[in-house]
Amino acid sequence: MSGLLRICTAGSVDDGKSTLIGRMLHDSQSVYEDQVHAVQAASKNRAAGPIDFSLFTDGLKAEREQGITIDVAYRYFATARRKFILADTPGHEQYTRNMATGASTADVAILLVDAQQGVKVQSRRHARIARLLGISNFVLAINKMDLVGFDREIFDGIRETFDEILGDARCHAIPLSALHGDNVIDLSDRTPWFEGPSLLEYLETVDVTRDLTSLPFRLPVQLVVRPTDQFRGYAGRIASGTVRVGDKLTVWPSGRSASVKRIVTYDGDLDMAFAPMSVTLTLDDEIDISRGDLLAAEAPTVGQRFEAEVVWMDERPLDPGRVYLLKHTTRTVTAEINHPLVLNQIGTVTVSTARPIVFDRYDLNRTMGSFILIDPSTHFTAGAGMIVNALHDGTAATTSAAPVSAAERLALLARRAGSDQEAIDAVTKLLEEMLT
Amino acid sequence: MTSAALSSEPKVAAPPQLDHLRALEAESIHILREVVAEFERPVMLYSIGKDSSVMLRLAQKAFYPGPIPFPLLHVDTTYKFREMIQFRDEMARAVGARLIVHTNDEAIADGTQPFLVGTQRCCGLLKTKALLDALGAGNFDAAIGGARRDEERSRAKERVFSVRDANGQWDPKRQRPELWSLLNARLRPAESIRVFPLSNWTEIDVWQYIHVEQIPIVPLYYAKDREVIVRGNSLVVQEQPFVVTMPGEKPQTVKCRMRSLGCSPCTGAIRSDADTVPLIIEELISTRQSERQLRIIDHDQDGSMEIKKREGYF
Repeated sequence: MSGLLRICTAGSVDDGKSTLIGRMLHDSQSVYEDQVHAVQAASKNRAAGPIDFSLFTDGLKAEREQGITIDVAYRYFATARRKFILADTPGHEQYTRNMATGASTADVAILLVDAQQGVKVQSRRHARIARLLGISNFVLAINKMDLVGFDREIFDGIRETFDEILGDARCHAIPLSALHGDNVIDLSDRTPWFEGPSLLEYLETVDVTRDLTSLPFRLPVQLVVRPTDQFRGYAGRIASGTVRVGDKLTVWPSGRSASVKRIVTYDGDLDMAFAPMSVTLTLDDEIDISRGDLLAAEAPTVGQRFEAEVVWMDERPLDPGRVYLLKHTTRTVTAEINHPLVLNQIGTVTVSTARPIVFDRYDLNRTMGSFILIDPSTHFTAGAGMIVNALHDGTAATTSAAPVSAAERLALLARRAGSDQEAIDAVTKLLEEMLT
Repeated sequence: MTSAALSSEPKVAAPPQLDHLRALEAESIHILREVVAEFERPVMLYSIGKDSSVMLRLAQKAFYPGPIPFPLLHVDTTYKFREMIQFRDEMARAVGARLIVHTNDEAIADGTQPFLVGTQRCCGLLKTKALLDALGAGNFDAAIGGARRDEERSRAKERVFSVRDANGQWDPKRQRPELWSLLNARLRPAESIRVFPLSNWTEIDVWQYIHVEQIPIVPLYYAKDREVIVRGNSLVVQEQPFVVTMPGEKPQTVKCRMRSLGCSPCTGAIRSDADTVPLIIEELISTRQSERQLRIIDHDQDGSMEIKKREGYF
């Protein structure tokens, strides 16, 4: 069992999410006394009972005024058994992108449902986003059970609906009252039919070990460290696997190989390093390596076209006619996407990049299979993508019967070039052919 | 087959795992390296406190065996504790980093001090304006700070790479989504970025790291007998001539320490016997008061940290 659990929460407006988190922080004694006094003072202006627990988490003035959560808030608490990082994400429709943000780093998602309201469109949507982002452990927190008389049939009905939505993911359903604390820390007398464990006990004991170290070794190069002529090291964070001195590694996309000479850290050289450590490697052979390259033990996929699930997060819709910046591990390339998407829409699209990227499927390796799309004019993080499959180049181009214009041919060549220099050379050559 | 072989379970080596602190360390080093790879003129805000001390160690680790590839910037209000300034100069020498010290001299010449102009205006001039001026003067495109999300509720919403507009201001409603560990470093002209490598650390993590790494910190953090004025829960150290005793008050000797370091007139000490790092950690675990409680500037109005951050404060 890992000592650190990352959690995200999801639910619709008014499901009582902030109240539940405030209750967990308060009851696990992660909230300090002066913060309780500040919240008690502020609660007097609102109508939420003696202590409004949501005031512990709603950090922005606009949120406190409107009584809603706008942005992802990160919370930190610890029990004797575990440390927790909790991403509290908003349920408000227009801020769905933040749900994806919270889920991207989470091990467990808590889905909150109001027992009176049943399963809403938003609940399905949040469950789908969390599944898409690779979460396989869920807590279905059926809240406000006090308002339906702790009725077991209502609880079972909601649980069954979610079993269908979540498919093969593991799901633990809990009947809750966040306001009164039932089944949050301790099991409640008011739900004798519920066997447990309570919410906190589940979070303390759930096993979510994602064994990054058993996957093939991957190190995206962040920086080349060259303090003197004698030292040339490749610094980065190990995305997966383990590495030992003497291991033979291949540099992608170039395909050249060398062996690990040293694993260098400030605290002394290591014989072995593993994910997710940040290290610096030196190799026994002088080969050309720069930021954006990947050091790997077994071959990854190298390609310029792939299928991906994309969550769109910008008010300006995805425009297939525009070129976006795509950041994947430590490499940024330009990319085109074949399908339009609007804010909060999720779709399966084909991505074509100007230069090759080196990747694995997202379901196999989160770091190696994820990317963000950046709007080239506003520089906003407009989309988040998860690679589903590589697509092979050429099929679309060769089977297309439509005549291709000279400009399109030039653009295609430039896009497929491995570097700026290659692009210039290829375009020059084709222009010469066309003009002579 | 021997009985030992029969009874033994098939041995599967447990996968190697990073403990909580080493996982945080690896994440922070990744963030610092992204800054250096993606920006032309980064700078690290060095506030002399415990969080800055941890950041400095992380920067040494991130670029080893090379030197720290950016300068340190200290915004000096001139009201910092004397021990802090002495410690700052020693540390900069020890790690071999270039130290830039910036003060809003004009405001000091005008007699700006907290009890004369109010704490909000004093912070605005001596911290926020001084910081923005210093960043402008150095033409820095990325400023690395030691703020943590667990400190204060508006900070809980801060991104690791947090964009500031041409005036250095923060718009919490226009924040970029930040997924996985993919940090968007693209800026438009005149925008700049604040980077928070300690975002996911808690106060206890910082202290535990200081302990395991044996990181030097300002001695003000350790309890000892100090001459203070007792004002309610707050113990005020009389370092500035304008901090005067009120009628009925007189300085007394109390065993105390600083939980958080700021300007001497606005930072209270707490009663404490914790004179080693393990004792400080023990005290924190049993304490029921939050870290910034004695920082007057957090409480001068509702949402006061959010307002200061929007204006450009760290």
